[in-house]
Amino acid sequence: MLPTLGGRIQTRIILLAIVGGIVTAIITPFLPLPAGTTMSQAYKTTFIILAAVIVVGIVWELIYHLIMQWRWEKDWPTFFGLITMINEGIVIWALLHFGLIPGIAKGAVPTSAFIIDFVLVWIVFWLWVNGPMRVVNIRWRFFGGRLV
Amino acid sequence: MSESPTELGSIDPSIPATIIRERPAVAPAEGGAAPGSGDLTDELLKSDQWTDAMLQAAGIPVADVPLVSIGGGIGSFVTVDYLRIAGTPTSRIAVLSNLDFPWQTYEYLTRVSQIPRPERIRSDSASRPDNIWGFPSYALTEAFQEGKWVELWHVFTEPMWADFYTPKAGRVFAGLEREAKRIGWDQMLVKGQVRMVRKRQGGGYFVILTPKAGVTPTKRVAYRAEFVHLAVGYPGLRYLKELQDFRTEHKDYYHVVSAYEEHEHIYGAARTKPITVMLRGGGIVASRVLQRIMDDREKYGLQTQIVHVFRTFVDKAHSPNEQTLRAWNTRKGSNGFAYQGFNYPKSVWGGQLKAEMRKLEGPARATRYKEMGGTNTPWRRRWQAQMNQGRREGWYQIMQGTVDKMRLDENGKIVSVVNSKGQPGPIEIPADYIIDCTGLEADITEHRVLKDLLDHSGVGRNPVGRLDVERTFELRGAASGPGVVYASGATTLGGYFPGVDTFLGLQVAAQEIADDLARRGFCKKIGTFRSISQWMKWARNKQP
Repeated sequence: MLPTLGGRIQTRIILLAIVGGIVTAIITPFLPLPAGTTMSQAYKTTFIILAAVIVVGIVWELIYHLIMQWRWEKDWPTFFGLITMINEGIVIWALLHFGLIPGIAKGAVPTSAFIIDFVLVWIVFWLWVNGPMRVVNIRWRFFGGRLV
Repeated sequence: MSESPTELGSIDPSIPATIIRERPAVAPAEGGAAPGSGDLTDELLKSDQWTDAMLQAAGIPVADVPLVSIGGGIGSFVTVDYLRIAGTPTSRIAVLSNLDFPWQTYEYLTRVSQIPRPERIRSDSASRPDNIWGFPSYALTEAFQEGKWVELWHVFTEPMWADFYTPKAGRVFAGLEREAKRIGWDQMLVKGQVRMVRKRQGGGYFVILTPKAGVTPTKRVAYRAEFVHLAVGYPGLRYLKELQDFRTEHKDYYHVVSAYEEHEHIYGAARTKPITVMLRGGGIVASRVLQRIMDDREKYGLQTQIVHVFRTFVDKAHSPNEQTLRAWNTRKGSNGFAYQGFNYPKSVWGGQLKAEMRKLEGPARATRYKEMGGTNTPWRRRWQAQMNQGRREGWYQIMQGTVDKMRLDENGKIVSVVNSKGQPGPIEIPADYIIDCTGLEADITEHRVLKDLLDHSGVGRNPVGRLDVERTFELRGAASGPGVVYASGATTLGGYFPGVDTFLGLQVAAQEIADDLARRGFCKKIGTFRSISQWMKWARNKQP
């Protein structure tokens, strides 16, 4: 990808909310959440996690933008878009683990459920921005990922 | 460049007409034809603005087409493709060209510069001139069609653990052929040589076309258009002065050649006896020619010696135009070459550098162009391995230097007198053949249509000396009433967008032009729904 800082943040907020939202809506009922979790509680939890990925992600985008400055091409290789799943996932998992995400009680999300949720959302989002997104908006790729 | 541009050598019918333009050093004073003759009269030649009556008096027939694209190469193709997808019928577009098909010039130049159809060109996976969306990318298509799933791994790991994925020339041409049929290219194509574009009194333009002799009753025909698109490509090739002097003096177009000319005979000669070839230039073409010589050497067990002379010799990572190395502005380099995946840093085609350049004016822009551009070539694993072997075994020599003069020695070898930094005096290097890979380009006035525009239409030059265009690729100073002239491709290098003479750059320009034309009511804007429905048509190979 060839992002600008503004484009990164817009793509993160708008596309992750839409694409991530659709994936979250589909997979939530199938996640191995603790017995007795109601469907509404489950959805509340997974959508709060998605919101956390977006909000914390804005800070990550600033860091990525800084890292990108060391690259002569000022590009962001496809591989980077996938591998950053690891650092971002660890941070969100840690926030959950220590009960630092508002609205989700400490220990309410088993690690297995979190990994399935997070990885699926990430991979679908990554595949989307590396391909079909170019069809949905023909200007997006030429304007650094900006949508507005 | 101060030296005068020179002619391109012998005329060969297999060479596309775009390559063998007549380029007299001084344009002959042209006398006007008699009124009513169907040719350009004095009045027409001299007037900056034409009236309908003037053409009538000259006896030149006029056809009305709302948009005329001049050139008919890949620049015209990509723009017309966009406009067709934006809902313009073929009847509202005319493409004036002396090419039979859009990739004719491109294929000729890639082939002679050692990229035949099975080889890969220097272009990104998502830069598809036959698909405005760039999806599916070339890599994805290659994976599905040829079962080469490894290509997906390739784009995933580039550029860190694999060289940049690049498509095969043959795949690019096949895709263009399919898309040309889909959009009805032949219905819009009018063959002939465009002579000039002049403003029309009352708005719009007249484009004068000289069809092939005998095809039309008059020598010239005119197109009356509200919008004109110029995509005439490179104005022409230019040789290094000392090479041209040698060629002219010895009438030798055989031992001293440009890499953009047919030069298969050199590779043939290398197979009959051990020869020494001198290469000049450090760009992608030099790399390609080098690869061909080295491949042949390996394949046929040849003894070819190579001397490679770089004017600018890059021996390590560097910050262009800076005295010291800056971490945020470091390009790799070694053994003479500056390394870069594509001809500009990748983000000029959509990211940070594109956004930055869009804001720069005048000298600030010219400086930035110098920093990002310059001669460079990709760092490819195979090339590195071949060059390392050549240096180790002593048959590939590299050196920094400029050549003052060249002469023939008693053995019939061409001796170049090289001035090299750090050497006490000039060094004499004999070679059997010299291949000029510098790819110098001629000034835009070398192109007759552009010169006429500069002389008669109030068009100016940008900070790099090419045609001055707006961010929308509208030619500044050329407006005529509601009419607009757009330009894309190499002639607009130096504008707000740097990567103009590339597949993706032509698409960036085409998008800006199509959006501007949509604002002016010529076509529809390609929004999400149109984009998706048109992509479905593309995928099913249905007309737009």
